[in-house]
Amino acid sequence: MTVISPDPAPVAEAPGTGATRLVDRVFKMRELAILVVFLVMIAVTQAGNSEFLSEQGIKDLLLNATILVLVATGQSLVVITRNVDLSVGSTLGISAFAAGTYLQGGGNPVAAIVLAVLLGIGFGLLNGLLVSLGQVPALVVTLGTLYIIRGIDSIWVGSRQITAADLPGGFVDFGSGGVSAVPYLALIALAVLVATAYYLKHFGSGRELYALGSNPEAARLAGIPVRKRILAAYTFCGALAGLAGAMYLARFGNVDSGTGTGYELTVVSAVVVGGVVFTGGSGSVYGAALGALLLTSVNSVLPALGVSSVWVLAINGILLILAIAVDRIVALRVASALKKRNARHA
Amino acid sequence: MTHPSDTGPAPVLALRDVSKSFGAVRALRDVSLELFAGEVHALAGENGAGKSTLIKTLAGVHRPDAGQVLLDGEPVVFHGPKDARDAGIAVIYQEPTLFPDLSIAENIYMGRQPRRALGRIDHKATHEATTALMRRLGVELDPDRPARGLSIADQQIVEIAKALSFDARVLIMDEPTAALTGSEVARLFGVVRTLRDQGAAVLFISHRLEEIFEICRRVTTLRDGARIASEPLDGMTEDDLVRRMVGRDLEELYPKQDVRPGEVALSVRRLTREGVFTDVSFDVRRGEIVGLAGLVGAGRTEVARAVFGIDRWDAGEVEVEGRRLTNGAPSTAMAAGLALVPEDRRAQGLVMDMSIERNIGLTGLRTTVKAGLVDRGAERSRSLDWALRLQVKYARIADAVSTLSGGNQQKVVLAKWLATGPKVLIVDEPTRGIDVGTKAEVHRLLSQLAADGVAVLMISSDLPEILGMADRVLVMHEGRLTAEIPRTDATEETVMAAATGRAAA
Repeated sequence: MTVISPDPAPVAEAPGTGATRLVDRVFKMRELAILVVFLVMIAVTQAGNSEFLSEQGIKDLLLNATILVLVATGQSLVVITRNVDLSVGSTLGISAFAAGTYLQGGGNPVAAIVLAVLLGIGFGLLNGLLVSLGQVPALVVTLGTLYIIRGIDSIWVGSRQITAADLPGGFVDFGSGGVSAVPYLALIALAVLVATAYYLKHFGSGRELYALGSNPEAARLAGIPVRKRILAAYTFCGALAGLAGAMYLARFGNVDSGTGTGYELTVVSAVVVGGVVFTGGSGSVYGAALGALLLTSVNSVLPALGVSSVWVLAINGILLILAIAVDRIVALRVASALKKRNARHA
Repeated sequence: MTHPSDTGPAPVLALRDVSKSFGAVRALRDVSLELFAGEVHALAGENGAGKSTLIKTLAGVHRPDAGQVLLDGEPVVFHGPKDARDAGIAVIYQEPTLFPDLSIAENIYMGRQPRRALGRIDHKATHEATTALMRRLGVELDPDRPARGLSIADQQIVEIAKALSFDARVLIMDEPTAALTGSEVARLFGVVRTLRDQGAAVLFISHRLEEIFEICRRVTTLRDGARIASEPLDGMTEDDLVRRMVGRDLEELYPKQDVRPGEVALSVRRLTREGVFTDVSFDVRRGEIVGLAGLVGAGRTEVARAVFGIDRWDAGEVEVEGRRLTNGAPSTAMAAGLALVPEDRRAQGLVMDMSIERNIGLTGLRTTVKAGLVDRGAERSRSLDWALRLQVKYARIADAVSTLSGGNQQKVVLAKWLATGPKVLIVDEPTRGIDVGTKAEVHRLLSQLAADGVAVLMISSDLPEILGMADRVLVMHEGRLTAEIPRTDATEETVMAAATGRAAA
């Protein structure tokens, strides 16, 4: 016995999807806006310094962004669930050193990458368990694991250092090589990015991450396994931080106990500049990747324009606050537009 | 009491002799209820009669201490909301819980989206299914728009669509009309009738009696956690129903002293806050306790907040002893001698983790601060003095207020404001959720204050309290003052009549 039964009086087709288009446009606009800012910045720099967009210049730009894009992609998933992972810098550092040590002992490069990812997964699981079971704010828990992992790293590594000379030549070549101007590392990051975006849009568990970030109580009532999803988001974030560690090793060849210190703040900035809302439920990994690209480009743009790099941090900060201000204004605009539409319906 | 189940078909969902206690409070006592397919059943009762507990028991949120939940005549145990939902029971709360960032379609199908190959979501099918649901409900909502910004009425429609999407057979609606306009109510009722005709059993809770008579066939009345009656509404009058809902002894709980009212202390003239309350005018005299009655959501708390200056008003004026108050400025209201003891003491009245002494001291910082520093000695003696006068029961004055019982917390809030020596005291639900003994103490205190010349405005949803304590009763209905009833004429019936908007008494 159900209440589902043949249709009663049919009603006119729902009217134009104007509100939807508006909202869609706004969110696409959000990512478009970063892209425009990025392109303008590149164009201005190119005009001032024609060397900037040489093949090597483009390659450097992409290489610099790659690692941040990866970590920001993982971080986005966590932020979408209304949490945060501050330990990604520490995880990156320790994974990089572990992979380096393994390669130094004559290990297989692929196995080294897997090792780094597994280590990241381990720390991601730890974070996820603490946050989802402990019911403690993620900010505090992952601040704790940030120090714990960094502490373990320091004790283990001591004053040792891994340099490119200790690594197999093929591994280092892979780190700097590529298909013309596009580095292999950037291709890997792009593949991960596209796959993650597809997952978030087309799979139930991906949508549930948005749902539980949007309204945790409603998520619980809808029968979403909240803890499991949060655990998965942290694990994925950790895995990407580990992968990023292996890539860091391949790219720079130089790792010590301080590698990745302070990186978490850059990652969080990239995510927020990219339009992933810090209170959860909204944003895309493409946006976060664009945010990462924008922030790292500032690093290359300023020297190319002959501006001292001491300005980099201040400019990153301004971008961050600008992004939040724009989000706030857009949100208010959308809300009032939707309200007007309601009124017209009534 | 009638038992239709003895003759007719088995009820879809029923409670049999269900009891539920929370600590010492017996929320439900041997309550039985039967819901039949194709019927809208009303649940009536005053605030605190046990309606919420009953709903939550049906929804699988609470498990009964004794008694059974019966589904199609068979006993079942719900271990959580999901069990109840899987059994086809859907609850539409007054304030729906949606995902603001997600589309309407996703809100409805979250966790149950139609799938394509490899477990991917079929966005097109989800969209089409949602469009079909909206058509069935006869409403026009775009499946792709986000839930953010939807009116409460539309949010409820989304919740109902969700219930339909998993073939709910029982629809429980907890005061769905409280925040709705007239035309929205009409649309909601259209939907409810359609569902009823399609065979759903509906449990409908509303404070608006005319709605109960409009849409329901039978009614179950609760009072103090016990079922008073389950009966057909046919042939009943609204007065009959009100009599079942209320009616208990007033006794010692209300030690009201007779006081001859003095000068006007608080004067409110044509106060309006757009969309919240309109054209509210009244006076409160020294020595008088004026009760402000009305249903939850009638705008009583909002008027109090505006008078005190927490919210701004759009038109009108407020005077305390002839001094006009500034719009939206609590500090001038306090300086003029106004004090407000808010409704929600945990969230608005107290800093829970702070000590008793410092909580009481908060309102006195103007007098206890010397050279920019708080004089702790002065604060302590002032707090001790008031804690003693109100007989707050505590171990040490330095203990956090969170360690106190609800009644004693309420006394701390009162002490905090009485310490300012107010000329006008506004108390919002002064005895909600506190035990009878403390309740009587609070009443004695209010009565004493009035005798000492304080003007008291008491907002309460507890009718006996209003009738027992107030010299005059003001009644609000949907943002307007609908009646002013002197103590001698105030009865449960006259107040309820005005509060439900049936007639100005």
